[in-house]
Amino acid sequence: MSDAFEAKILAFLCNWCAYAGADLAGVSRFQYPSSLRVIRTMCSGRVDPLYVIEGLKSGYDQVAVFG
Amino acid sequence: MANTNNDQKKGAVLVVGAGVAGMQASLDLASSGYLVHLLDKSPTIGGIMSQLDKTFPTNDCAMCIISPKLVEVGRHLNIDIHPNTEVASIEGEAGNFAVTVQTQPRYIDLAACTACGQCRQVCPATAVNEFNQALDLREATYMRYPQAIPRGFTIDREVCIGCGLCEKVCLAEAIHYDDQARQKVLEVGSVILAPGNEVFDPSRFDTYNYLNFPNVVTSLEFERILSASGPYRGHLMRPYDREEPHKIAWLQCVGSRNINACDNSYCSAVCCMYAIKEAVIAKEHAHADLDTAIFYMDMRTYGKEFEQYYNRAKEHGVRFIRSRVHSIEPAGECDLRLSYTNEKGEQKEEVFDMVVLSVGFEVGQGTIELAERLGVELNEHHFAVTDGFMPVATSRPGIYVCGTLQAPKDIPQSVMEASGAAAGTSAMLSEMRWTETRTRELPPERDVSEEPPRIGVFVCNCGINIGGIVDVPAVREYARTLPNVVHVEDNLFTCSQDTQVRMAEVIKEKGINRMVVAACTPLTHEALFRETLLEAGINKYLFDMANIRNQDSWVHMNDKQKATDKAKDLVRMSVARAGLLKELHEKKVEIKQSGLVIGGGVAGMNAALNLARQGFQAVLVEKDKELGGLARRVSHTIENLDVQTYLDRLITQVKSDDNVTVLTEAEVVGFKGYKGNFTTTVQHGPDKTEQTVEHGVAIVATGAHEYQPKEFMYGESDRVMTQLELDKLLHERTNGSDPATWSNVVMIQCVGSRNEENPNCSRICCQSAVKHALQLKELNPEMNIYILYRDMRMYGLLEDYYTEARKKGIIFSRFELDNPPVVNRNGEGVEVTFHDHVLQRPVKVPVDAVVLSAATLANETDRLATHLKVPRNAYGFFIEAHAKLRPVDFSSEGIYLCGTAHSPKLISESITQALAAASRAGTFLAGKTLSVGGAVAHVDKTHCAACLVCVMSCPYGVPRINEENVSEINEALCQGCGVCVSECPAKTIQLSHYEDDQVLENVHALLEGVM
Repeated sequence: MSDAFEAKILAFLCNWCAYAGADLAGVSRFQYPSSLRVIRTMCSGRVDPLYVIEGLKSGYDQVAVFG
Repeated sequence: MANTNNDQKKGAVLVVGAGVAGMQASLDLASSGYLVHLLDKSPTIGGIMSQLDKTFPTNDCAMCIISPKLVEVGRHLNIDIHPNTEVASIEGEAGNFAVTVQTQPRYIDLAACTACGQCRQVCPATAVNEFNQALDLREATYMRYPQAIPRGFTIDREVCIGCGLCEKVCLAEAIHYDDQARQKVLEVGSVILAPGNEVFDPSRFDTYNYLNFPNVVTSLEFERILSASGPYRGHLMRPYDREEPHKIAWLQCVGSRNINACDNSYCSAVCCMYAIKEAVIAKEHAHADLDTAIFYMDMRTYGKEFEQYYNRAKEHGVRFIRSRVHSIEPAGECDLRLSYTNEKGEQKEEVFDMVVLSVGFEVGQGTIELAERLGVELNEHHFAVTDGFMPVATSRPGIYVCGTLQAPKDIPQSVMEASGAAAGTSAMLSEMRWTETRTRELPPERDVSEEPPRIGVFVCNCGINIGGIVDVPAVREYARTLPNVVHVEDNLFTCSQDTQVRMAEVIKEKGINRMVVAACTPLTHEALFRETLLEAGINKYLFDMANIRNQDSWVHMNDKQKATDKAKDLVRMSVARAGLLKELHEKKVEIKQSGLVIGGGVAGMNAALNLARQGFQAVLVEKDKELGGLARRVSHTIENLDVQTYLDRLITQVKSDDNVTVLTEAEVVGFKGYKGNFTTTVQHGPDKTEQTVEHGVAIVATGAHEYQPKEFMYGESDRVMTQLELDKLLHERTNGSDPATWSNVVMIQCVGSRNEENPNCSRICCQSAVKHALQLKELNPEMNIYILYRDMRMYGLLEDYYTEARKKGIIFSRFELDNPPVVNRNGEGVEVTFHDHVLQRPVKVPVDAVVLSAATLANETDRLATHLKVPRNAYGFFIEAHAKLRPVDFSSEGIYLCGTAHSPKLISESITQALAAASRAGTFLAGKTLSVGGAVAHVDKTHCAACLVCVMSCPYGVPRINEENVSEINEALCQGCGVCVSECPAKTIQLSHYEDDQVLENVHALLEGVM
């Protein structure tokens, strides 16, 4: 186990664009750290600012919204 | 066996070619109640569009916008895709054809193949990758591109060494080396040809050295170079040394507008735009400054908002050099020297490190032979012969055409034509609707709302795609420990047909009322697993999917432990969410079987008539006393077709059709309701009688008008006129103003177009000028005719008329926007002074007539647009839902658009678009009922303060404050994006299936494992 800091990232992905992009990253076998965790939403506009706060409050280091 | 009973029409249609046009025609027809056989000679659908990087003028990623269509086609219950298949022969006649088709062996059984890709991983044989235009290699066992439909591999036996490795690793037992070619007969009522074009092979141009210099590429190769899924993964590199180029040149008209080195005299209609796009996108990709130069003859940016795209490219620093490049010679090790003559006649040279040849379209030899087998006539350029007033019908009744076989064209034109061809078919076969289509019979749904959650978790190995990285048994056993889970299992392929059947049994047997599948991605498989639930009698919303392949095993291949941990987290999140999911019930709403068509010009009349012939009622609303619109002022088309005779016939047909009601002197004064159930108030007749029309769809065809010039002495001298006014003189030939008596005529192009006030190109004025110039020459061959232009935009097959005009001695002289011609009074007459770009000096000509090619401007539609709540651009033209793939739909469903209300266009193009709008409308109406509700937003009115935040934030304009003074969201209109839910300050709106607690449960459950 490496002790290097790896940010825990919560990402909200729009179903129609960013989520499809994350799938394509898989098809293309692009490797990225497993500490990024994804929640699919029907639109990036569905991400209530409260979810972002909730994510940070619960312990994620970063929260990202892709759309 | 061919059916010998010719009276019996068929309710099935054959579509030949599965590019974007073939797919659109298939989707329209299949949703309109016809069984569609969609053929493609390649192993996959998608055509040339799937190879493009970005698309103009929106710079959307081509694959991103086409892949939902691919999936829709692949999933449609009434589209049978026949890959690797061609038409062998045809018998019969319109309404009843027997078509023999030949399918080449694929060596992989599509019914068994799960597209896991193990076969490709082990394949030792390689071949040139034609999808990437031979810029890299692929395996002998391959899928043309990752998003391909049908989702399945194929073996290229030309290069396969028969080693048997793929057969050994294929756990689905899908490999069949002994696969054979097969023939079958399809019985169909109609055939739609959409085989597309090939791109020109530039190796025939020896002075361009395409075969000798690797850094000379075709535009299609350059698309693949730019593409993120291409051979260089989207990194801008040149083939010779894989270095990033700093100077790229595009050479236009390679294989187009040329009868010296090839036989293609026509313009390919798309290359100017794609070259600009490639230059702009290449600049975006480049890490350092990239110098881009486009060498061209005329910049033909004639489509909707294309001129603005061209202007923006100039602002981005793309250089435009008006010249035809003579030759490409080597410079240094791998750079390229271009020699050309500029407009002033000076010899120039410039060195570039990469050259892109903007290759044109060409009908392939295979298509020429196909047309012969089908008995469909082709013209001298091998494009299908069609009638200008029925541009989607071929010479053989019952066989329609769309896309680039009809003529060179871009994607939106192809999509429109595809829907137009579908409309032709649908009108012909309307009584056979729903006779051959399939429906799915489902068991009744069990009410589980009172039951505690009983969750079944199915973990997929996906061959070894997941199981090879993620410890699937460990994930399965972990799932067993989660709350509410009553059943767990893992499957080799969860999506395979036999597993699906067994899963439905397990669900029933174990009383499972929530299902979680941990597998690939919901984007491709959610619909499939929801159907499994429906088969088991469970509401389809009681399902969640954990993406442990695309977003786990495939992206963490080097750390099996972390991939397994993440898979457990994702399963835990799905299980937690599944426990909170609620059953959602969609409601059926009747669709009124009629359409309102607004505008009684050529477009509106064609739309109304086609709807009527499809069997629907149509109400046609025209603001004038007479039908006909702008076409009333056009006597002939450039092909010399008689517009007035056509118009009279069309008006008679419209007025005599029992399904069409015509309201003249009419205006829409009220509009309410939603898709399928609109109520419109129309005032019509001299007394403004008010009438209420109930209808399921609306088609906007409000047309355009000719700009009344303020420049060039228009209105000050009767010798200065517009093209439409000249048309009238040419038609009437009255004494005193007979154009035959003229000896000098000057036409001035772009009057009121392509300037600061109106940056749009009006598309049709170049051909109006050439058409009238040719007619004048016909009347008096001695007449001197000058056409003063900025770019001659004789796109597609119109180029032939431009060539003819030059041959007949019509003089074309170019001017710049900042140095326009000057019209002055000269005694009784007028004279025109212009700068001749060949002589490089001003020329003064006394003339009998100055003809201004005035812009085409949108008609006034302020009130209508407000009533319908549909958007218009800054110039009054209506805005379609998507410039590329939804060219006749509005984003508000149930409302469609056609004709010059969309943008300036020719009569033939208006007719095509009108048919397209009628097809889209028919597709919607044919469903008869509409499912509404499901995952949509709901307002709890007890806490609504009517603050209007939802009203303002909804991207679709759905919420409204109702009579009770609270927000109301029509579930038929809601798109389920949830923006209003996030914005609502009172938290009184919830999005079903994505309620706050359901999403927050995701956040929390996902986190546990990360901490």
